[in-house]
Formats: sequence, C-alpha cells, structure tokens
Amino acid sequence: MASENLTSTAYIKHHLQNLAFGQHPDGSWGLAHNSQEAREMGFWAIHLDTMFWSVLLGSVFLWLFRKAAKRATSDTPSGFLNFVEWVVEFIDDNVRGSFSGKNDMVAPLALTLFVWILLQNTMDLVPVDWIPWTTQKIAGLFGADPHHVFMKVVPTTDPNATFGMSFAVFALMLYYSLKIKGPLGFAAELTMQPFEAKNPVLKILFMPVNLFLEGIGLLSKPVSLSLRLFGNLFAGEMIFILIALLFSGGVILSLLGGALQWAWAVFHILIVLLQAFIFMVLTVVYLDMAHHEH
Amino acid sequence: MNINLTLIGQSIAFIVFVWFCMKYIWPPIMNALEQRKKTIADGLAAAERGMRERELGEQRATEVIKEAKGKAGEVIASAEKRGAEIVEQAKTDAKLEGERIIAAARAEIEQEAQRAREALRTEVAALATAGAEQILGKEIDPAVHARMLDELATQL
Repeated sequence: MASENLTSTAYIKHHLQNLAFGQHPDGSWGLAHNSQEAREMGFWAIHLDTMFWSVLLGSVFLWLFRKAAKRATSDTPSGFLNFVEWVVEFIDDNVRGSFSGKNDMVAPLALTLFVWILLQNTMDLVPVDWIPWTTQKIAGLFGADPHHVFMKVVPTTDPNATFGMSFAVFALMLYYSLKIKGPLGFAAELTMQPFEAKNPVLKILFMPVNLFLEGIGLLSKPVSLSLRLFGNLFAGEMIFILIALLFSGGVILSLLGGALQWAWAVFHILIVLLQAFIFMVLTVVYLDMAHHEH
Repeated sequence: MNINLTLIGQSIAFIVFVWFCMKYIWPPIMNALEQRKKTIADGLAAAERGMRERELGEQRATEVIKEAKGKAGEVIASAEKRGAEIVEQAKTDAKLEGERIIAAARAEIEQEAQRAREALRTEVAALATAGAEQILGKEIDPAVHARMLDELATQL
C-alpha cells in the first residue's frame, strides 16, 4: 500500500518490479530484493509472478474450454457452452475472413491468443493493490520482508510475456514461409522487391537495398506486435498506479481516486478487449502472409 | 522490466497452450458446431418437406370433398326425380281407382234404377188394369189384352 513510510516514487517502483528469481552476482540463487539486484541477475533469471499468473490464466482458459468441449454436442447448447461456442465461432469467422490458406493450427492458435491475452489483460481491472498487498501479508507470515516481495499481476505488462508470444508467432511465420515458399522463394521475397528490375546487374544492385527494407519489415512485425500490447497495458497499469496514489491523500482525494479508478477501469475494458483482438488478428494476418505465394 | 528467461518460459507456455487447444478444444467444439449445423439444416429440410406434403394433402382433400359434393348432388337429384315419379305414379293410380269406383257406382245406380223401373212398371200395369176394370166395369181379360197392356207398359 501507499503507506506513510513509502514515497510515491518508491510505491510506483515497487509496483513495476517483477518478482525475479535467479542467480545473484555472488553465485547464490534466490529472489531479487530490489530492482538493482534483479538487473544484476542478467538473462538467467525468471519472473515468477509473470509466469505464475500467465500459466494460471492459460490453464483456467484451457480448463474451462476443455470442459465445454467435452460437453459439446449437436443438441441445444446451454449456458456456458453457448458462450464458449460463441467465442469459438467469433474466432473462426475472423480466421476465415483473414486467413486464406489451409492450416488447422491457425484457428486454435488465434483462439488461444485471444482468450489468453484477454484474461491476462483483465487482471489489470483488479484494483492494483489487492493481490500485491495480500501476497505481502502472506509472505510476511512466512517471515519475508514485505518491502522485498514484488507481485506484478498483469503478465502482459511484462515485455517478456508479450515478446515471448510474438517470438513464437515469428518463429511460426518463418517456418511457414520456408515451408510454403521454399528457401529460394522466401529469399526472393526478401530480396527481389520492392525494387524490381529486368536488368540482372541492377537486380543484384537492388538486392541489399531490398533485403534491408524487407528485413526491417519482417523484423518489425513481431516487435510491433508485442510492443503494442505491452505499451497499451503498461500505460493502463501505470495510470491505475497513479490513481492509486490518491488513496493516501485524505478522504476527498480518496473519493476522487475511487471515481477515477472506476472511470478508467470502464474505459480500460475497451483496451483490454481491443488489444487482445488486435494481437490475434495481426497474428492471423502475418501467418496468412507467410502462407501466401507471390 | 528486464528481458530474461521469462521470455523463453512464456514462449514454451504459449506453445503448450496452443498445442493443447489445437488437440483437445478446437476439434470437438468445431465438430459439435458442424453437426449441429447439419442437424438444423436437416430439420429445416424436413419441415419444408412436411409443409409441401401438407399442401399436397390439402389439395387432395379439397378434390375429394369436391367429388363427394358432386356425388351427393347427383344422389339428391336422382332421389328427387324418383320421388316425383312415385308421386306421379300414385296420382295416376288414384285417378284410375277413382274412375273405377265411380264407374262401379254408376253401374250399380243404373241397375238399381232399372230394377226400380221394372218394379214400377209391373205396379203401374196392375194399377192401370185395376183402373181400367173400374172404369169399364168389367173384367178385362188379361190374356186378351196382354198385348195392349205390354205396349202400355213399354210406354212408361
């Protein structure tokens, strides 16, 4: 909480720090007690909170949908099954609309992406202090210093999560590009356009330019995909944190904070949904491009 | 906000989720949806067929009713004709019977009259004879005057 013994800066910093587990510079393994230590762990550290929440939410998604899938019959659907079918049909329509190739993996991939990201984003609507505060109290029971217990509950505000997904999508893009177009076809796509020429000398001359442009285009896809999601959710989370600062400023400011938090949450529902949808649609479109022969 | 092993962890989690979804979630739901689509399409087709059959049945029923109406009309007409015939026959019979009765009555009356006339004639002859006897003061021999008396009687 933004309690008396914490400054605003410390409060914000605390909220933006993941619970990192890794090897300290001195060789011992353990949790990072502050952002400095987390940074020093380098690449071989893992954000326990991000992993926990994303895997938990992903499991919730799979569990719920698996339950529905088991009960799915051609009879009249009811209640939850109806909802699941509605979501599945929504995804199916979208995939049919923007994916022209034939690949049985794309639609389930889109469904997973959409629902998983949606659930992860929705964690943003839980008031920012609830889960971290509870975690600190529970950790306090086990003798941990509450100030060193970090808990970031929205996995999509961790670039690791968004890049993790977009890199997987990128790998699929490369795989299908190579598979459908062949190594030569893919290479041609990267080097023979946008500048085209009949003259072989010019053609060779254009190659590095084309490769540069197309390479940037190719690499920007996963980067923009993940940064868009991360940026939107991070900004939204940041505003929630800033609004939460008002709660330490007396009754009037607290009331104002409550109203603001509610208003921002309502508006944020749109972002939560929209970002999940955009990530899903763009992934489908990118995979469609990978399947498309020129 | 450091890039670290979480990246790979998330990628692996993502791939596992997609695999699970592709294997255990998507196909059964899509199958159910497809099947339901088929069921609904079949149901609609059956309904369509039922409608058409009903229409045909209605048509057939109308035809049957029309035919029955025609037949009933015929039956009624023939019955009426037959009735008229019977009435006509009865009328003729009655007329004939009446005439016969009248004729018989007439004959009887005629006979009766004849008989009366005959009796009258005999009586008149006797009376005339008696009268004449008184007038003439003598007996008239019926045998002698029979011819004359017969003539008189015929004149009556």
